[in-house]
Amino acid sequence: MNSLYNFAVGPLAWAAFIILAVTAVWRLWSMYTLAKQKDASSVAYMSWKFSLRSIANWLIPYKSLGWKTNPVLTAVTFVFHICFVVLVIFVTPHQILLENAFGITYPTLPTAAADALTLIVIACCCYFVYRRVTNKTVRFVTRTNDWVSLGLVAAPFVTAILGSWGVGGEIMPLLHVLTAEALIVAIPFTRLAHILFALFTRAYIGSEFGGVRHCKDW
Amino acid sequence: MSIQDRKIEDEGLAYGVSKLTTDKIQQTFQALIDNETGAKLKAFSESCMRCGMCAEACHFFVSHGDDPSYSPVGKVSQTMTKLLANDGKVTPDDIYGMAQIAYTECNLCRRCVHYCPIGIDVAYIMTTIRRFCHKLGVTPQYIQDTAHSHSATMNQMWVKDDEWVDSLFWQEDEAREEFPNLRIPMDKEGADFYYSVIAPEPKFRTQLIYQAAAIMNEAGCDWTMPSMPGWDNSDMCMYSGDFEMMGRLKRQHFELAQKLKVSRIVMGECGHAFRSIYDNGNRWLGWKDYPVPVVHSIEFFAELFEQGRIKLTGKIQEPVTIHDPCNIIRGYGLMDKLRYVAHQLCDNIVEMYPNREHNYCCSAGGGVINCGPPFKKVRVEGNLAKANQLKATGAKICIAPCHNCHGGLEDVIHHYDLGIELKFLGDLIYELMEKPE
Amino acid sequence: MYKTKTWNWEVGQRTIADMTPNSDHKWQEEIFISPDGEKASAVVCLDDAEFSIRTNDSVSENTFEKLWELNYTTNGDLCCYAMQDEEWTVMVADKPWEETYGFVWSPLFSADGKNVATAVQQDMEYGMSVNGAIWETLFENANNFAISPDGKKSAAVVQVKSMGQADLKTFRSGIFSIAVDGVAWDNNLMNLWTPVFDNNAYRVAAQVRLTLYDYSIIVDNTLWENTYQGVWEPLFTPDGKHVVAPVRQGGKWGMAKDGQLIWQATYANCWHHQFSEDGENLYAIVAPEYGKFTVAANDKPWEMRSPVVTDLAVSPDGKKAAALANTLNKDWRVCVNGSVWDGSYDMAWKPVFCPNSEAVAAKVRKNGRYNVLVNGKPVGGEFDMCFDPIFNADGSKVLVRGLHDGKALRVVANVPK
Ligand code: HEM
Ligand code: HEM
Ligand code: SF4
Ligand code: SF4
Repeated sequence: MNSLYNFAVGPLAWAAFIILAVTAVWRLWSMYTLAKQKDASSVAYMSWKFSLRSIANWLIPYKSLGWKTNPVLTAVTFVFHICFVVLVIFVTPHQILLENAFGITYPTLPTAAADALTLIVIACCCYFVYRRVTNKTVRFVTRTNDWVSLGLVAAPFVTAILGSWGVGGEIMPLLHVLTAEALIVAIPFTRLAHILFALFTRAYIGSEFGGVRHCKDW
Repeated sequence: MSIQDRKIEDEGLAYGVSKLTTDKIQQTFQALIDNETGAKLKAFSESCMRCGMCAEACHFFVSHGDDPSYSPVGKVSQTMTKLLANDGKVTPDDIYGMAQIAYTECNLCRRCVHYCPIGIDVAYIMTTIRRFCHKLGVTPQYIQDTAHSHSATMNQMWVKDDEWVDSLFWQEDEAREEFPNLRIPMDKEGADFYYSVIAPEPKFRTQLIYQAAAIMNEAGCDWTMPSMPGWDNSDMCMYSGDFEMMGRLKRQHFELAQKLKVSRIVMGECGHAFRSIYDNGNRWLGWKDYPVPVVHSIEFFAELFEQGRIKLTGKIQEPVTIHDPCNIIRGYGLMDKLRYVAHQLCDNIVEMYPNREHNYCCSAGGGVINCGPPFKKVRVEGNLAKANQLKATGAKICIAPCHNCHGGLEDVIHHYDLGIELKFLGDLIYELMEKPE
Repeated sequence: MYKTKTWNWEVGQRTIADMTPNSDHKWQEEIFISPDGEKASAVVCLDDAEFSIRTNDSVSENTFEKLWELNYTTNGDLCCYAMQDEEWTVMVADKPWEETYGFVWSPLFSADGKNVATAVQQDMEYGMSVNGAIWETLFENANNFAISPDGKKSAAVVQVKSMGQADLKTFRSGIFSIAVDGVAWDNNLMNLWTPVFDNNAYRVAAQVRLTLYDYSIIVDNTLWENTYQGVWEPLFTPDGKHVVAPVRQGGKWGMAKDGQLIWQATYANCWHHQFSEDGENLYAIVAPEYGKFTVAANDKPWEMRSPVVTDLAVSPDGKKAAALANTLNKDWRVCVNGSVWDGSYDMAWKPVFCPNSEAVAAKVRKNGRYNVLVNGKPVGGEFDMCFDPIFNADGSKVLVRGLHDGKALRVVANVPK
C-alpha cells in the first residue's frame, strides 16, 4: 500500500505531469499550425489589443450578456474555477509535495479553509450535475464526454475531502492522487481541453469582433 | 422536439437528398474536414462546454418556448457534433434535417457570441454546415435559384444587363419631374463613389433608386452608378455555401470600383451585402481588408448630416423605434451612427430592448428569407421575441436600415398584428428633405 | 492602337476649347478629349428629353431623347448610344447606325478603333451588333460580350434553353452556351463567363462551370480535360496556340496551360495574367500570402507586397511590367519591375509604357488635382482632370490632355531623360 502510494506521488505524478506537458504542447502546437495552414484569413486578424479586451471583459462576473442571463451558473462557475485554482496551489499537502520535490515554500491554506473550499467545489460540481439533468437545453446536448469530464474533475475533490475527514483510511489519499492524475492526463483529450483552448477561442472572437466588426463581444 | 419532428417539404432539399448515399455523405464530409476546415472548427468543437449559456441568445429558442433543439448549441449538436462524432457517416435523411437547421433555423446573426464564455461562433459552424450541404447539393430551392441567378447574371434576381440600365434611366426620368436637373451619372470615372444596390431594387423597389438619386443630387455628391454587371452587391452564394461564386461576385463588385477608379463604394441600406463585401467575400479573394472602402448608407447619411449637406423641412413627431440590423451593427458597429441619423430625422425615438449590438435578429437574415415560402412560418413564429420587443416600444414607426430586416419585420408585424410602419432611413430623408418648388 | 505618327508633336501647351458649360443648356455632362488631343466633347442637355453632343464650341445638330456612354475610339471617332422614339442606336462620328434596337449597352471597339460592336436587345431577345449589323439569331439572354481584336467577330454567353421560375434541374442540366457571330456552340453548359478571342484566328476560350463545383476552361467548344475548384479568365498565348488560365486547386491558385499546371497552386490568389508580345514572359498579379499581393513574372513574385495590386501593364518588349499598389484604395503607388516610385497618390490609373519600353507614364490624382507622371516625375502640368498619357512613336514625347478652369488643354512634353 505504502509503496503503491509512494509510486503514485512519485514517478506516476511525474509521468502525469510530463504527459500533460507534452500532450498540451503538442495539441496547442498542432492547432496553431493547422490554423496557420487553413485559417490564414482568420489568423490574419488576431490582435493583442482586442484579444485582451475580450478576455478581460469576460473575466468580470455579470459583465457579458451571457453571464447576466445565467446568474446562478455565473456565480457557480466563477466560484468553482477560482476555488479550483486556489486549492490546487494552496493546499498544504501540495505545497509539501512541491517542497520535497523542488524545495519551494509558500504560505498555504489552513485545513479548515481548504476543507471548506473543497466542499464548495464539490457543491459546484453538484450544481453542474443538477443543471445537466434539469436544464432542458443542457440535457439535450449532454453526451458521455461531459459526464466523464465532470466526474474526472469531481473525483479528486471528493477523495480529498474524504481523506481529510479520515474516511477510508489510507486508501483515500491514494485514490485522491490517482484520480487527480487521471484528471491531469485527461485534460488535453476531453472537454477539459477548454483549459488549453478557451483563451485562444476567446482571443480570436475578440479580435474578429473588435478589429473587423467594431463591436464588443460581451 | 428535434429537427426530425418538424421537417418541412422543400423541392430543393428533397431533390438533393434523393441523390445521396451514406458513402457519398461520408466522403464529402471527410473532404470538407481535410481540405477546408481547420483549427477554428476544431477548437470550437472541442472547447464547447455544452453549458447551454447560449440558448437565451437565440430568438428561435426564445420564441419556441425554450425548445432546446432551437438553441445554438442544440443546433450544433444536431449537426456538426453529430457529423464529427460519426466521422460523417449519417443518413441522407439526417442531411435533410441538418440542411433545414442550417439554412432555415439560424440567421447567422451571431447574437449567441455575446453569450458564449468560450467565444464559440455558432454562425461559423452553421455556415460550415451550409457549405457541406452545398457540396452535397442539398440546398433549399429558392436560395439555390438565387445562387444560380448570381452565377448566370451576377445579380440575385435574373435581372438582364439592359433591364438594369433601363431602370436607372427610368428612375432618372421620373425623378426629373420633381428635381429638374437630376442626373444618375453612369460609369463616371474617378467619381467619389459608386452607389451599389441589391437586385430587388431595380426589380421591385425602384422607388429606392429614385430616393437615393434625389438625395445624392440634393446633397451635391460626386457619384456614379455602374452600367455593367457587378452593380449588385448582394450575395446569396455566401449563404448557400457556394463560396467560389461568392468570391466571383465580390471580385466583380470590387473590380468594377477599381475600373471606375472611384474612391469608395456607397451601398444602399442592406445588411447581408455588407457582410459579404466586408467580411466574407474579400477574404475568399485573399484581400485582408476591403480593396475599396465600402460605406454603408447609415455611415453615408451620417456624413451628409455632419457636413450639413441635407436640409430638412421638419422632423417626425410620432414615436419611432430603431431596429439594429445584425450585419452592420454586430457586424460593423454602426449603432451610434444609426442613432445619430435617426435623431436627425425624428424627435421622439423610443429604444427597443435589448438594442444596439445586443439586438435580436429580424429572423429573415442569413439567407433564411431567401429560402422562400416553405420556411416563412418558421421564421415568423421564430420571432415572437422581436414582436414582443416591438410591441413594448409603443412606436408607430420602426426604422430598419436593411432590406432583409424589412422583409422579415414586415412579416412579423403583419403576423402579430402590430400596426407598425417600417421605414428605411432613405425613406425618411426623402420624405423630410427640402425639395425644389 | 493609336496612329500617333500623324499627330502634332510640337512641344508646348495649347487650349483646344473652352468647355465651360453654356448657360443656354440645361446641363453638360462629363468631358472627353480625343486621343490626339484636338477635340473635346460632352453630352449636353438642351431641353427636356433633348440631348446632343457638344464638340469644342459647336453642338451637333443631331439631337436625341437620350444619349449615354460617350467614348472616343482609338482612331478618334466619337461614339455614343442614342435614343429616339423609344428606339436605340449607336452614333459613330456623328452618324447614327441605320439599325435601331430595343436597347444597347456594353460598347466594344477593335484595337484600331474602326470597328464598333455593342450588346443589343431587340424585342426582348439578346445578341450583338457589329458596325450596325445585328446577329441573325438572337437569344433569350446574353451577357459577357467580346469582340476579336480586329473587330470582325463577336461572341457572348447566351441562353439557349428556357427555364421556368426556380427550376433547379433545368439550370443544372445546362442552359447556356457561347455564340460566335450569333451561332451558338452545340453544347449546353451550366455557366460560362468571359469569352476571349485569340489575336488572329478567331478562336474563343471561356471560363466554364460544369457542375456547381467543377470549373474548367473551354476552347472552341472543347473542354480542358481537368477541372478545378475555380478558374479565372483564360488568355491565349500570343501565337494563339495555347490557352492559359489561373486555376484553383487545394484552396490555392496556380496557372494552367491547356489544362496542365505550369505554375503550381501556391497563391492565395492569382489573376490578371498577361503575356509579353513574344509570349516568352507571363506576368500576373498574385498573393503569395493571404492579404499580401504583388506581381509574379514567370511564377517569380516581386519582393514588394501590398494589400492590393491592380492595373498590370506589360512593356512592348515584354521585359518589364508595371502595376499599381494601394492600401484601402488610398496611398496609391506605381511599381515598375518591383521597384516602387516615391510618390503616393489618392488615385492612380493604369501605367502606360512608351513604344520602346523605356519610359512608363501614369495618370495620378492627389488632393483633387490630376497629373501625369513619367518615370515618377510630373510632366505637362497640373489639371482639374486629365486623361491617360500617350507617347509618340519613338518615346521621346508624351501627350497630356487635361481640363483646367473649364478649358480643354493639349500639352506635348519631352520625356525626361
Ligand atoms: C484557462 C482556464 C479556464 C477557462 C478560461 C475556463 C472556462 C470555462 C468556461 C467558460 C466554462 C463554461 C461555463 C460553465 O459551464 O461553468 C467552463 C466550464 C467548466 N470548467 Fe473551466 N475554464 C478554465 C479552467 C478550468 C479548469 C482548470 C478546470 C478543472 C479541471 C475547469 C473545469 C470546468 C468544468 C468541470 C466546467 C463545466 C461544468 C459543466 O457545466 O458541466 N475549467 N470553464
Ligand atoms: C489537479 C488535480 C488536483 C486537485 C484538484 C487536488 C485537490 C486537492 C485538495 C482540494 C486537497 C485538500 C483537501 C483538504 O485539505 O480539504 C488535496 C489534498 C491532497 N492532495 Fe491533491 N489535488 C490535485 C492533485 C494532486 C496530486 C497530483 C497529488 C500528488 C502527486 C496530490 C496529493 C495530495 C495529497 C497527498 C493531499 C492530502 C491527502 C488528502 O487529504 O487526501 N494532489 N488535493
Ligand atoms: S455557450 Fe458556448 S460553450 Fe456553452 S454551450 Fe453554447 S456554444 Fe457551447
Ligand atoms: S440565429 Fe443567431 S443567435 Fe440563433 S444560433 Fe444562429 S447565430 Fe446564434
